[in-house]
Amino acid sequence: MKNKTHAEKRIGRKRVAVRTLTYILLAVWALAVLFPFYWMLLSSVKSYGAYNSEYVPAFYTVAPTLENYVSAFREAPLAKYFLNTLIFTLLTTGIMLTVTVLAAFAFARLEFKGKNIVFALFLALMMIPNELVIITNFQTITSAGMRNTFHGLILPSVASVFYIYLLKENFEQIPDELYKAAKVDGTSDFKYLVKVMLPIARPTLITIAILKIIECWNSYVWPRLITDEKARFLVSNGIQEIRENGFGRENVPAMMAAVVLVSLPLIVLFLIFRKRIMKGVSMGGTKG
Amino acid sequence: MKNNLKAFLYLLPALVFLGVFMVYPLADVLVYSFEEGYNSASQTFSGIGLRNYSFVLRDPYFLQAVKNTFILVMITVPVSTGLALVISLGLNSIKKLKNLFQTIYFLPYVTNTLAVGLVFMILFKKTPYSDGMVNILVRLFSGTTVDFIDGPYWAKMLVLSIYTVWIVLPFKILILTSALGSVKQDYYNAAKIDGASSWRVFSRITVPMISPMLFYLIITGFIGAFKAYSDSVALFGTNLNAAGMNTIVGYIYDMLYGDSGGFPSYASAAALILFAIVFTITVVNLMISRKRVHH
Amino acid sequence: MKVRLDKLTKVFPSRNKRSKEVVTAVSEVSFEIPAGKLVGLLGPSGCGKSTTLNLICGLEKPTSGRIFFGDEDVTDLPAELRGVGLVFQNYALYPHMTVLKNILFPLENLKGDKKLSKEMMLQKAEEAARLVQISELMERKPSELSGGQQQRVAIARALVKMPKILLLDEPLSNLDARLRLQTREELRRIQRETGITTVFVTHDQEEAMSISDMIVVMKEGVIHQSGKPQDVYDDPKDLFVAKFLGTPPINVFDGEVRGEKLLIGGAAVLDAAGVRDGAVKVGIRSEGFVPSADGALECGFTAVEVMGRDTSVICSHPAFIGDSIRAVISAETPVDTTKPTVRFDLKKSKVLLFDPKSEERIRFDEGANG
Repeated sequence: MKNKTHAEKRIGRKRVAVRTLTYILLAVWALAVLFPFYWMLLSSVKSYGAYNSEYVPAFYTVAPTLENYVSAFREAPLAKYFLNTLIFTLLTTGIMLTVTVLAAFAFARLEFKGKNIVFALFLALMMIPNELVIITNFQTITSAGMRNTFHGLILPSVASVFYIYLLKENFEQIPDELYKAAKVDGTSDFKYLVKVMLPIARPTLITIAILKIIECWNSYVWPRLITDEKARFLVSNGIQEIRENGFGRENVPAMMAAVVLVSLPLIVLFLIFRKRIMKGVSMGGTKG
Repeated sequence: MKNNLKAFLYLLPALVFLGVFMVYPLADVLVYSFEEGYNSASQTFSGIGLRNYSFVLRDPYFLQAVKNTFILVMITVPVSTGLALVISLGLNSIKKLKNLFQTIYFLPYVTNTLAVGLVFMILFKKTPYSDGMVNILVRLFSGTTVDFIDGPYWAKMLVLSIYTVWIVLPFKILILTSALGSVKQDYYNAAKIDGASSWRVFSRITVPMISPMLFYLIITGFIGAFKAYSDSVALFGTNLNAAGMNTIVGYIYDMLYGDSGGFPSYASAAALILFAIVFTITVVNLMISRKRVHH
Repeated sequence: MKVRLDKLTKVFPSRNKRSKEVVTAVSEVSFEIPAGKLVGLLGPSGCGKSTTLNLICGLEKPTSGRIFFGDEDVTDLPAELRGVGLVFQNYALYPHMTVLKNILFPLENLKGDKKLSKEMMLQKAEEAARLVQISELMERKPSELSGGQQQRVAIARALVKMPKILLLDEPLSNLDARLRLQTREELRRIQRETGITTVFVTHDQEEAMSISDMIVVMKEGVIHQSGKPQDVYDDPKDLFVAKFLGTPPINVFDGEVRGEKLLIGGAAVLDAAGVRDGAVKVGIRSEGFVPSADGALECGFTAVEVMGRDTSVICSHPAFIGDSIRAVISAETPVDTTKPTVRFDLKKSKVLLFDPKSEERIRFDEGANG
């Protein structure tokens, strides 16, 4: 058996070729994904003068500088954008979690008349595209005088049917016996929710929170409709503002510095919670 | 009775928010779309009818937006689904570096569309000072450089398509990789013993096994692509009509707000037309999938 | 505390939603549990014993009937206000809490004048842990414990608030055989030490017989018999109870009473003074057989199983209902295994007669008295 036959050798060679080709293909796409990130990072550390003197852009820089980061903060209210986005993200996620937990608990644990019908109606709402309701919401918020306020930004996005559904499913996997045990141990429904269900469902809650944070951090359309004062902009709108009106001049390195700063928090979050985010997204999250 | 009240209290926040920001708007958008000559300032209208629809359907900006959206859908849905399938098959056949590749591929999902769009614009743009990164490549192959951001229509559409594919691929790769991973090894082993060629294994086993997920991706892909907007804004700026790169969703928002805004009735009519298109396509997709998908 | 159930009935709607049929899980169940006793609620699965337990602890509301703890009517009191302790079949420990937190949980829920200080709670939790011998496991999570240890934690959690009544739902069924024997002695000890009125549900008659002060035998939602285990065993009211209690199970034959004689397969095996003529079912406990060369009951010999102290003689008889007769005799009694048949005399006290239709017990002296 020492000597491989001709056919065996051929198959072995073919396998190696296929494997090599696969790795090349995967590496090419990995480069395509990473290249824009590399380019933004690279451009953000080239000096203004160096960047503009390169007719053919260089793939590296010998004299990296952080001056663009300084000017990004100085020449645009970037810090304000960050603060707004942070407040918006935390408040929206917090309120959304509260609303979601209460509703999911009612569906999963409580018995009430018409539960199945109400839940079916909830599910039906999942199919309603945002574009259809955003017009009225725009009018509602505008006529309520909530333009350029956090209320106006936050309130329309705190009830998520999908997350209620997700958490309800998770709550229902908690064995009935625990509820009975807690009843016999003398707890109220609310205390059971807080002391037993929430700790057990913590992984799902974290997943939901992270997905919502990503959504909030990247939201563009609604903030654009509802804010027109620069001081109220979120990062997406801030970036768009910088893109269109610049830093007084076409300062690409400073723009790229801003872009790096905006992208960084979520990339860090993703690298920390990679598995959880990917699992959560594959459960039915879609982009947009 | 006591139980009903209690459950109702737990549900109350969700009911209020969904009622105000989803159920009521749903009815309201219909009403808006039929109110003719609606005036935002005075909140009055002159009549009820189909004039908003006929205006929108004759508006050259809307027609341009519809054309752009359809072209975008027709390019990006097949390309992104096919590419995702190829990449997922590749990912599934390797062990080393698989995690690293998966992590990298998912990155676009968590990045800000507007922010990275700006990077794409810089890469593709041609300015008096520089041809831009992509044009260096173009020159290597053909010679004449193109401004992909302010230049000819096909060039702009190409950039938009590339960026859209780049943005939607993470989700599709994720779904297809896990679908492929859940096909039982037994089937492949059985096929190997039966002496099936790799192509036959792929077309007779792999594809049928993952076909429900594939169709799920195609359906959500269509829906998502029809709602394209922020990708286009990121590349071409907020004045999409001037750039000739507006999308249906962009048209809706432009009618609502901004320099050309203040017409919620037109926006509503356009939104309902969009909904009708998406709905029809989804139904067609479902009908095809019912015939084709192996469950 | 004494517990009294008064004509408890529980009706469930049918699983099939469209049908209007209902399922009666428990029907007019009445019995009284004396204070401080250990009671086994016994029956085959689906007999309504678990429903009865749920009714006592308040997790289910009865369709009709009343429940009294002492003299207090607790029928309308929800579970959290009844002050009962419940141990679940699968223990239902809170997976995210340590053993200590699990045991503390019921104490933290006490309100009003029952509220305890932190030190008191800790002291009580430690006491309960000591009682079930898990003091060294307090900081572990339930997933880090063996089944037997989880069981003990569950009991400690149920006991820590000094419940009026302790309820256990199939407490031993998730344990392996050796642990089961050990734990049941443990249960007995804990109940003795605390003196808490205890009800436990089981389908294992041996378990119930071995540790209960009183057993209640149920079938299809109805109580068939209740009383001291030995009394119920010796004097069952009907064939079901007779068959359900005892290992190995009672041997049942088709028989006949004619002229004050009990006949099995035509052979007169016992005097049956006072019993009316007619067909009967004859139940013979496995310890009721006495091998004897001129015994009246002749059976086909199959095999002998020696099990230390006892010997089982396995044999057959045409009138026997079932697969094979199992007679348990002392190991010293010689059995001739060379012959194709084996003859027995019967101990009259171990022979029970039943009406073949109603399956009610017929007593040997009943006719004489009536």
